[in-house]
Amino acid sequence: MQNTAIMVKDLKKSYKKLDVLKGVNLSVEQGSIFALLGSNGAGKTTLIKILTTLLKQDGGTATVNGFDVASKPANVRQSFSLTGQFAAVDENLTGRENLIMIARLRHLKQPHQIADDLLTRFSLTDAANRRASTYSGGMRRRLDLAMSLVGQPPILFLDEPTTGLDPEARIEVWNVVKELADGGITVFLTTQYLDEAEHLADHIAILHEGKIIANGTLAELKKLFPPAEVEYVEKQPTLEEIFLTIVGKKEEK
Amino acid sequence: MEVTTQIPGSQQMEKIQRHFFSDMSVMLGRSMRHIFRSMDTIITVTIMPIAMMLLFVYVFGGAIHTGTANYVNYLLPGILLMAIASGISYTAYRLFNDVQKGIMERFRSMPIASSSLLWGHVLTSLVSSALSLVVIILVALIMGFRSSAGILSWLAVIGILALFTLSLTWVAVIPGLTAKSTDGATAFSYPLIFLPFISSAFVPTKSMPLVVRVFAENQPVTSIVNSIRALLAGQPVSNDIWVALAWCVGILLVAYFFAMRAYRKRV
Repeated sequence: MQNTAIMVKDLKKSYKKLDVLKGVNLSVEQGSIFALLGSNGAGKTTLIKILTTLLKQDGGTATVNGFDVASKPANVRQSFSLTGQFAAVDENLTGRENLIMIARLRHLKQPHQIADDLLTRFSLTDAANRRASTYSGGMRRRLDLAMSLVGQPPILFLDEPTTGLDPEARIEVWNVVKELADGGITVFLTTQYLDEAEHLADHIAILHEGKIIANGTLAELKKLFPPAEVEYVEKQPTLEEIFLTIVGKKEEK
Repeated sequence: MEVTTQIPGSQQMEKIQRHFFSDMSVMLGRSMRHIFRSMDTIITVTIMPIAMMLLFVYVFGGAIHTGTANYVNYLLPGILLMAIASGISYTAYRLFNDVQKGIMERFRSMPIASSSLLWGHVLTSLVSSALSLVVIILVALIMGFRSSAGILSWLAVIGILALFTLSLTWVAVIPGLTAKSTDGATAFSYPLIFLPFISSAFVPTKSMPLVVRVFAENQPVTSIVNSIRALLAGQPVSNDIWVALAWCVGILLVAYFFAMRAYRKRV
């Protein structure tokens, strides 16, 4: 049997009369990248909030790292890191101070050492002693991700990790996420960008109006459609490719 | 500081609650850094009451008859309360920012004692208030403030001021957590800043028309001001001190209850 990092069964949640989640089922394998795809208001953030113990469900069960989110929230919190929709860094602190703060809050030995290692890993060493308010969007996201990795939690929740980032920063985040998954961390991410899910995820679920309407690997999802016909079309570069070519290698490191 | 292993599933996870003090000191260190990196908050909180004090002593003071020779002595307690009331609006502001920027969410999703988050802000408010009050008292000394109070009386004054700050800070936590905008988070403090005007802080309540006087004599600021004034003058304190303490503790309990409720609801 495959090890399951996250298991969700018939999860329900409503705000007053609005049913946001109407019985969601899904499971995420350990060490995989799972993408929850859905438009704005589909309930992605609500689902993440329940899985990260910030919100209580109305019905159904969810387990994270083998612990039930409702009855064992303290154990669940020990098992994951959450990177929310906004880069949740303390702007008045420097990058290093931010990391040390999180390491202390996780009660780890040698918070300075941990901070330095992560700064190096996320190419933030040069900016380590600058306040986070001076960081670019991409750097802020990198710091945000670095903060999430303090203490090496086995599961990482990323709520729309690339929303609001420029294309370069976006690719940078993608690379980090892939690296993390290669290192054995389970990544659960939500996104409204189809290409992001296609690019990153081992497993994709589509959340629509509070239900999972499709669930599988990219290959499995593709099988839902009639086989592709071979057509010859002139390959036009996408605007993204043009942008990236013109801008060239990023200067900020 | 205790160290838990990072092995998920280990039995040590139940130790989270025991980390309350170390978590809180991290939080306190964090928001004190905020204060020292934007000194404008302390300056604003300090300058406004000092300006009021200058205005009342050197402009209006000559026309105000309080029955005491030294108007600075008379005025100082009310000025200190004003400084506290304006200071706590920054607590609401800092808390509001934490909620808006998603930092609160990050902390709350971590295995830390969740009340340490709020207590960090509350202690910061106490420390920054203390800093402003010291500066104001130094200025008052230059302007002629003199006190015959002994150590015990000073300790009592410090205790009342700390309790008042603590009560108002918990009041400030509520808009800090629930406000929809920055203005909303801080606007609550304006009426508090003006409460001393309708009290015995600047003029004796005897000079006020009946309705205003009834309000002035029965609102918390008057009893707190009277107690502090008596303590600083080395005079025996009347029942005012018990009324003052009852107000502070009452406000503290009610505000704490609603603040914690807002905190649990807040996602």
